[in-house]
Amino acid sequence: MPRRTDIQRVLVIGSGPIVIGQACEFDYSGTQACKALRSEGLDVVLMNSNPATIMTDPDVADRTYVEPLTWEYARSVMEKEKPDALLPTVGGQTALNLAIELGDRGVFEELDVKLIGASLDAIRIAEDRLEFRGAMESIGVEVPDSAYARSFDEAVELVDRFGFPVVIRPSFTLGGVGGGIAYNMEEFRDLSRRGIELSPVHEVLIEESVIGWKEFELEVMRDGADNFVVICPIENIDPMGVHTGDSITVAPALTLTDKEYQRMRDAARRIINRVGVETGGSNIQFAVDPDTGRMVAIEMNPRVSRSSALASKATGFPIAKIAAKLALGYRLDEIPNDITRLTPASFEPTIDYVVVKVPRWTFEKFPRAERTLTTQMKSVGEAMAIGRTFKEAFLKGMRSLEIGRSGLLFGGAPEGVESEPGELRRRLALPTDRRMWAVFEALVAGWSVEELYEASRIDRWFLTQFAGIVELYRRASAAGPDGLSKELLLELKRAGFGDEQLAAILGVDATAVAARRSDAGLRPVYKRIDTCAAEFESFTPYLYGTYELECEAEPNDRPKVVILGSGPNRIGQGIEFDYCCCHAAFALREEGYETVMINCNPETVSTDYDTVDRLYFEPLTQEDVQAVIGRERSAGGEVSCIVQFGGQTPLKLALGLQSAGVAIIGTSPDSIDLAEDRERFARLLGELGIPQAPHGLAASREEARGIAEEIGYPVLVRPSYVLGGRAMAIVYDPGALDRYMTEAVDASPQHPILVDKFLEDAFEIDVDAVADRTGAVVIGGIMEHIEEAGIHSGDSFCVVPPYLVPERQVAVIRDYTRRIARALKVVGLLNIQFAIKGDTVYLIEVNPRASRTVPYLSKATGVPLAKVAARLMVGRTLAELGLTADLEVSGVFVKGPVFPFVRFPGVDTILGPEMKSTGEVMGGGENFGTAFAKAQLSAGQRLPDRGRAFISVNDEDKRNVVSIARDLAGLGFEIVASRGTAAYLRAHGLDVEVVYKINEGRPHVGDRLVDRQIDLIINTPLGRESYFDDLTMRRVAMLYGIPCVTTLTGAAAAVSAIRALRAEKPTVRPLQEYHAGVAARG
Amino acid sequence: MKAVLALENGTWYAGRAVGATGVTAGEVVFNTSMTGYQEILTDPSYAGQIVTMTCPQIGNYGVAEAEDRESAAPRVAGFVMRADSPIASNWRATGTLHDYLAAHGVVGISGIDTRALTRLLRSAGVMRGVIGTGRIEPEELVAQAQAAPRMEGSDLVRSVTCAAPFDWCAGDDTPAAGFGVEPAQRATRPLRVAAYDLGMKRNILRRLAAHGCDVRVFPATAPASDLLAMRPDGVFFSNGPGDPAPLDYVVRNAREVIDGGGPVFGICLGHQVLGLALGARTYKLKFGHRGANHPVRNVATERIEITSQNHGFAVDPDSVPDDVEVTHVNLYDGTIEGLRHARLPVSCVQYHPEASPGPHDADYLFSGFIEAMERRTGHSARA
Repeated sequence: MPRRTDIQRVLVIGSGPIVIGQACEFDYSGTQACKALRSEGLDVVLMNSNPATIMTDPDVADRTYVEPLTWEYARSVMEKEKPDALLPTVGGQTALNLAIELGDRGVFEELDVKLIGASLDAIRIAEDRLEFRGAMESIGVEVPDSAYARSFDEAVELVDRFGFPVVIRPSFTLGGVGGGIAYNMEEFRDLSRRGIELSPVHEVLIEESVIGWKEFELEVMRDGADNFVVICPIENIDPMGVHTGDSITVAPALTLTDKEYQRMRDAARRIINRVGVETGGSNIQFAVDPDTGRMVAIEMNPRVSRSSALASKATGFPIAKIAAKLALGYRLDEIPNDITRLTPASFEPTIDYVVVKVPRWTFEKFPRAERTLTTQMKSVGEAMAIGRTFKEAFLKGMRSLEIGRSGLLFGGAPEGVESEPGELRRRLALPTDRRMWAVFEALVAGWSVEELYEASRIDRWFLTQFAGIVELYRRASAAGPDGLSKELLLELKRAGFGDEQLAAILGVDATAVAARRSDAGLRPVYKRIDTCAAEFESFTPYLYGTYELECEAEPNDRPKVVILGSGPNRIGQGIEFDYCCCHAAFALREEGYETVMINCNPETVSTDYDTVDRLYFEPLTQEDVQAVIGRERSAGGEVSCIVQFGGQTPLKLALGLQSAGVAIIGTSPDSIDLAEDRERFARLLGELGIPQAPHGLAASREEARGIAEEIGYPVLVRPSYVLGGRAMAIVYDPGALDRYMTEAVDASPQHPILVDKFLEDAFEIDVDAVADRTGAVVIGGIMEHIEEAGIHSGDSFCVVPPYLVPERQVAVIRDYTRRIARALKVVGLLNIQFAIKGDTVYLIEVNPRASRTVPYLSKATGVPLAKVAARLMVGRTLAELGLTADLEVSGVFVKGPVFPFVRFPGVDTILGPEMKSTGEVMGGGENFGTAFAKAQLSAGQRLPDRGRAFISVNDEDKRNVVSIARDLAGLGFEIVASRGTAAYLRAHGLDVEVVYKINEGRPHVGDRLVDRQIDLIINTPLGRESYFDDLTMRRVAMLYGIPCVTTLTGAAAAVSAIRALRAEKPTVRPLQEYHAGVAARG
Repeated sequence: MKAVLALENGTWYAGRAVGATGVTAGEVVFNTSMTGYQEILTDPSYAGQIVTMTCPQIGNYGVAEAEDRESAAPRVAGFVMRADSPIASNWRATGTLHDYLAAHGVVGISGIDTRALTRLLRSAGVMRGVIGTGRIEPEELVAQAQAAPRMEGSDLVRSVTCAAPFDWCAGDDTPAAGFGVEPAQRATRPLRVAAYDLGMKRNILRRLAAHGCDVRVFPATAPASDLLAMRPDGVFFSNGPGDPAPLDYVVRNAREVIDGGGPVFGICLGHQVLGLALGARTYKLKFGHRGANHPVRNVATERIEITSQNHGFAVDPDSVPDDVEVTHVNLYDGTIEGLRHARLPVSCVQYHPEASPGPHDADYLFSGFIEAMERRTGHSARA
């Protein structure tokens, strides 16, 4: 079937900012789809509000709109671009929801745009559980019994019918937000009420529980000729009850007989046909009763998903790319399999290894969050590991998580995991992020597989594998470092034990284990992921390490650059760094190098085998990275390594790799270390004459107190070597400092604590620059934070160009940046944070590496900074690349953060020096107000253009809030305020009504919010006593989607945005036009 | 206990013994199916072969002694795995794989680099091999592998066919409830099928029964006249092991059956035998087709079926006579997957529509056989 000819121009919808439940996987699938569509000669128009994606690179689509993903903006884009079709299946739930909304509003008919990949009916059947159930019944596929409730009373009737436990799922929420499992009436009351609130249609599904059943997912594809294939069966180790995104999963499915598997496959085929997915990929989840084999369908997603990204990486079958081609009318058998070249895509991949995916949570960022895992996803990232056996893949997966000693399952108490109260059985029965440690604890304590099964319902097969790992641990432990035979060492390595894990068990250093291994001649070989279990030759070096006989790496002798990726996503280290790694790969391939990627994150573009010449899907540890580099070197070519693009993960390995003789290119690890080493760095700044806030380095509580006395409170305290502001705090008095030093961190001479004078009310500035080997420096951009100092830069809105900083200070910043780049002999990227207080520009910190803002700035300026940096690192100069002046932008670009608070009931939404956002958006416009309004909207805050504003600020802020209140009143807002704030505002001539705070009587502000009588909140933290009051109000606001601004500068920005919203109709503009604007000006 | 797998080209792999102990020889082949090892073990087509599973974790769900077998007992000459399971984890399991292999005298080996072995077989072609357990010299095993009989030209059918005719009763051996596929259409009256057992998988019998056939199974050596004497509605030629070339007696009977003019259907070895009877030739594939993921195109409908495959020989496309059409083609290598006579009601497929293990995509072929039989006797379901 040739491709359809009625489509010339396609609008692809991306998934927006990274949030829990929707991460890089949609950049991977969206980028693949765009590439596939363009390779067919189509015009691709892309819309995505997330600037940190590869897909929003201006050369991935013909026209790239970084605009809010709302129906109004989508309609504007459609009106302007007149696409023939819209592809909604590669942008996650966001894109599907947007398609539904466009459909409901009749935009497709109005503008004559076809929906391809999935029809509105198919999306509805899959989304609406009642319709889904009806559809399943009509084809004889069982589903758990369920019914909808639109009120709490209706919900109670249902629970009476099903009995406990029951599952509560709010309709139409992303990643199952607000859902959960209730075991008793009390939990049921909370969950069903909250679910009804959260659901945009105020409806929850109450469902018969299949908790404890085995859970499977099939990733399937169908073409327009009704050809159907299963790409990968995935089995969840955590039984039903835990969201699949929070489950440890394994591919292929390992505990199904062929009879059961084929029954599931048959059902999947009927389901995709019945739901009406004409072409493309779908994810279908099943539960199987372990005692009777009864199988029920749980849900289906008629689009690519996190699991389909995982399945693509696990099998080598690029689901999103193929799905895009199928949407154009091709049949599966008309599309070649990239890896084997000679065989078509109309087959089912078979794999001869085991893949394990392990989620990564960041509960340490949200200490009040409930750690129990439910049907609502809570993890922020994942690592995937590949081994020849389950044990190997599992242990590689655990060490890929990069959670320090806690990644080790044995050998001492893991870091950061306080001894948990409660008995082991409860920890096994109740799924949490730490359950796997409880499983191993129980096995070491002598529990039988049967006892463990009773408690956890994890399939006995997996438990037996874990028991096998424990048995090996015992043998290693008993042998000790001296008695460890070569045979036992090989057995341990074959089972996936890392050197570090073995070192912990044996009580020696990891280097000693590595030496033993090397003496015994044990090193990993690399096998290919080829979709076909070696039945055909593979032309794609997509490799994983294992301890086997034969190596298929076949490195060549071309000069190579190994790029170290950034590992699993976490708060503080996410897609921005993967973006930079990909760009390094693209640039170096163009420069004629063979590019080699090492990474273990299955969501990313960097782990697409198309991105680099050679992909090693391996953990980012010293052991694994060194082994890959050793193998690549064996062919004789020059091998160098890049560590500055992947965030802290590769940086932590830099010095070790260098001392092992690996050539690190770009800024030297010593310079990187110098910038991190407070004392060395302070000396350097002294020499350069650059001011720094007073500071000191404390190895103990006493030292910290001494420093704080000397420099004066408040102080900013944090551990050295962290990203994302982990455990960073501002303390205002000695008591708080003591608490911080004893509770939050574990200071020691090896791990000292940085104590800085906190510059209150300062402006913060972020600068990204590139520098070359000749000392030339080009500043990519000077980004002004909108919130004042004290809020982590990753959590702050920022704007380029700066809008309040005077030109003379901008000049100072440019000068300081150049001096530092030269002093540190930076070759590549450099990020500097400054604070401006009064007339002084202070330097806060320097990171001679890729920063989180590089992709945003690249999108704003049109210059791909990471690519430039990579070229500089292999010896090119800025002059050669034609970059002689600092970059400029045409228009104004605001970057805004997106937070996961809605997933963590009880967690405060207030911002601080510890980063909490998961993703970012960008808004562009002709002026600050428009750009800020778009960024707010993209981040999920729909600023009101009229209505009632509630103001409640602390005493220090009262003076400055007056002009904001006056502006709002001038814009026609009615002002209401808490008693103190109201009094102050009235004294300044404003007409203000008093609203009770929550502890002052009713109706209080919470009631007013619930009744939707308040449209905007300005609330700055009021200190400890009213903390809980404010917290409750902020959470209510969040649940009801009422914008809540917690800083005065943010409030002032919001006023500009509201003014812009009222003044002009929102317009859309592609990046390509903005960039042409810069070129025209230059 | 240690074990060694040695190949005729001198390569050997050290592993661990699983199942029975001793020494066993056979043609070493690989199967890429990720599920269904019990069905593979008990498929009589594997007689004389040492089967390597490319999927590394084998034995996880144990065995369901009666429900998941394709013949009375394992038929493979030996079994090769990367990792065997110490337990059986499934609600239907009656025992572990290890015990099953031991009880049925199958010598297995685990812990070897099955991917390296597969790559060798893929590039050098399938070869003879020997598994030996216990204290054993690899060189000795290599010599034994070189001395083992070759598959080409040997008649393995006689070792697996039934001793005497028997009637298949649907109730005898049905899979657990819920696992059967609902046939697209059932015969409108009981159809009598006479089947040649060349090493027949039970699921073929189950599928024929599910479609409404009463089947009488005959030994491979039974003269065609015995089958025709029961005046069947159709005759079936089953799958089976090895090279079709030495099966001149089966081919002769096939010609006689075809000449009888009634509907004839064949699967796998049955397809090759019918191909030979219709005047085509067969040849040996380099490493065969064994797995559950091969795409096959139905030439008439252009639909793609994901198929279950197990064969080392194939019908030579250059030898297919003019009055025989190619109905199905393998999309991996273009080999013939199905034939039909232009005028006579004779059709056959190289792959396994009965699945077990593998997808059910091709179950419609049984309906096609039913239709041919009903049409023949004027009882077409569509009439």
